[in-house]
Amino acid sequence: MDATPITTPRKSATFDDYTLSEIRRAAASGIYDIRGGGAKRKLPNFDDLLFLGASMSRYPLEGYREKCSTDVWLGTRFAEKPIHLKIPVTIAGMSFGSLSAQAKESLGRGASKMGTSTTTGDGGMTEEERGHSSILVYQLLPSRYGMNPDDLRRADAIEVVIGQGAKPGGGGMLLGQKISDRVAHMRTLPKGIDQRSACRHPDWTGPDDLEIKIQELREITDWQKPIYIKVGASRPYYDTALAVKSGADVVVLDGMQGGTAATQEVFIEHIGLPLLSAIRPAVQALQDLGMHRKVQLIVSGGIRTGADVAKALALGADAVAIGTGALAAIGDNDPALEEEYRKLGTTAGAYDDWHEGKCPAGINTQNPELSVRLDPELGGRRLANYLAVLTLEAQTIARACGKSHVHNLEPEDLVALTVEAAAMAQVPLAGTQWVPGLTGA
Amino acid sequence: MPEIDLGVTPLRELNGALHKLPKDTNETHWVIENPAGGHAIAAGLDAPLTVDINGPVGYYCAGMNKLATVQIHGSAGVGVAENMMSGFVHVSGDASQAAGATGRGGLLRIDGNASSRCGISMKGIDIVVKGSVGHMSAFMAQAGNLVVFGDAGDALGDSIYEARLFVRGNIKSLGADCIEKEMRDEHKAAVHDILTRAGVNGQIDPSEFKRYGSARKLYNFNVDHAGEY
Repeated sequence: MDATPITTPRKSATFDDYTLSEIRRAAASGIYDIRGGGAKRKLPNFDDLLFLGASMSRYPLEGYREKCSTDVWLGTRFAEKPIHLKIPVTIAGMSFGSLSAQAKESLGRGASKMGTSTTTGDGGMTEEERGHSSILVYQLLPSRYGMNPDDLRRADAIEVVIGQGAKPGGGGMLLGQKISDRVAHMRTLPKGIDQRSACRHPDWTGPDDLEIKIQELREITDWQKPIYIKVGASRPYYDTALAVKSGADVVVLDGMQGGTAATQEVFIEHIGLPLLSAIRPAVQALQDLGMHRKVQLIVSGGIRTGADVAKALALGADAVAIGTGALAAIGDNDPALEEEYRKLGTTAGAYDDWHEGKCPAGINTQNPELSVRLDPELGGRRLANYLAVLTLEAQTIARACGKSHVHNLEPEDLVALTVEAAAMAQVPLAGTQWVPGLTGA
Repeated sequence: MPEIDLGVTPLRELNGALHKLPKDTNETHWVIENPAGGHAIAAGLDAPLTVDINGPVGYYCAGMNKLATVQIHGSAGVGVAENMMSGFVHVSGDASQAAGATGRGGLLRIDGNASSRCGISMKGIDIVVKGSVGHMSAFMAQAGNLVVFGDAGDALGDSIYEARLFVRGNIKSLGADCIEKEMRDEHKAAVHDILTRAGVNGQIDPSEFKRYGSARKLYNFNVDHAGEY
């Protein structure tokens, strides 16, 4: 008689291969995993929404014939010199230090070609990005690395960073491998040490103080510059309301898919909200205060395509910001570098040890032998192409919905494919009138 | 000598006028009356002016100052001379929290006491406090000198980098990675120089100060030091 058949070997869904590898890594090292990027877990996102398009009850616009505008004004509440962007897609804050000078220059070149803005990061303003960014947003972060009034005045807008989507409630981290002579000088720190950026600002606590801090920034810049407040998505309704109360011209809301240069894996994957769930509460806060479209809302965190752009705008945002997508456009995680990614123990598309400074694409590094690989002119062209596609795609959708401006997209143009997405985006489940949490079943 | 009454002139008008002064202006001495605890007075100056403020000021007076001398004849609110680049700011009274926060250069003198977080994240500024400083002073201080005639509160110099702290009185506690260091002749000379620039030389013998700075054990993360945080 044959032996009793055995069952197929089955791995645990709870203790899957990745989880087990992390347990082994933790047991060997005694320290948490640090990486760059945003949340990698599967999250409810814009893929769970669909546009309805025009039909009998709506009148579409002719593609390539009828105008569909994409421009955005930012900072119209208080600033004497608000910003005018040609497209509703901006480049999110990323630091020199985390990124190479060539990468910052690429971002500036690409954004400027498309008439949109770039943003500094935790490390101050470099000549490369100021010189190549026609519109540059200067971040005021808790660390205040590189902060100075001259750069405040030559910025086009100021972004007070309270948090970011990858790590709301967390500070910055730039490990010693990336603290080159130039980075150390800009940050007033010894070369080679781990740079820890504080998680709270040094000279204000809470929205009452922030209102006074913003008043100071306006006084220093003679009330000319738009002032943004950036928050990581965690309590978007209240954070947006308090940002308005504090005197912001623009609120930047970053979901947990938004990237970081480096932080703990557990922070990235377990703290914060996916962008899909954060936009409607933020818009609601603006509407409750009568400030929707008066205080502009920029959202970020996992924006990949023009469809994502259009969906974010339809939910009430004025513009989006991209980071990870922009880096991919200029060459990050390109399969053409697969051999080198393999040498680093990873594969193209998965490389996230940005803090180690070994980026083969020359983007997330301060190693001059690596950073020189990135041609800023080519990088700029590639980013401009990507931004153009995002814009064309968003226009295509807007025209299909009968909108002459992408800002005319609205929640009524959307339905959701899942109950979760319907609840988060507050749009009906496809084929029903049901908005979970708002209407009856 | 322009005299501005902030009970009459809006702050925005005053700061705008100070910012617009040409580098070779003859109007180098301004007097401000009735500050009444207002915020951001004389913030963002960028010229070798002297500004006398007669009365107490609120938050961020002389914020991000460059080149100017700002004399506050009264007490100062949160963040006086925050992120100062150069110049001299003098508070004749007490200062609230975060005095000289993130300052990158210049000299801040406080004749009274300074509250918590004095010199937080300082990046090159020199600060002289003739009274005492509160808790968490010089937190994550990167560069510059903090000279305290009196006492220091809890957790002085927590997570300090390369700033130097000189305290004459008692310290309630030192923060993570902050230790007492030898007060050598070069440090006495440095204190002498700072006190001279602050206009208080001769009041205290530099050898009466003790020096504190970074043990540099937390500069690169080591899991064996996790308990220090």
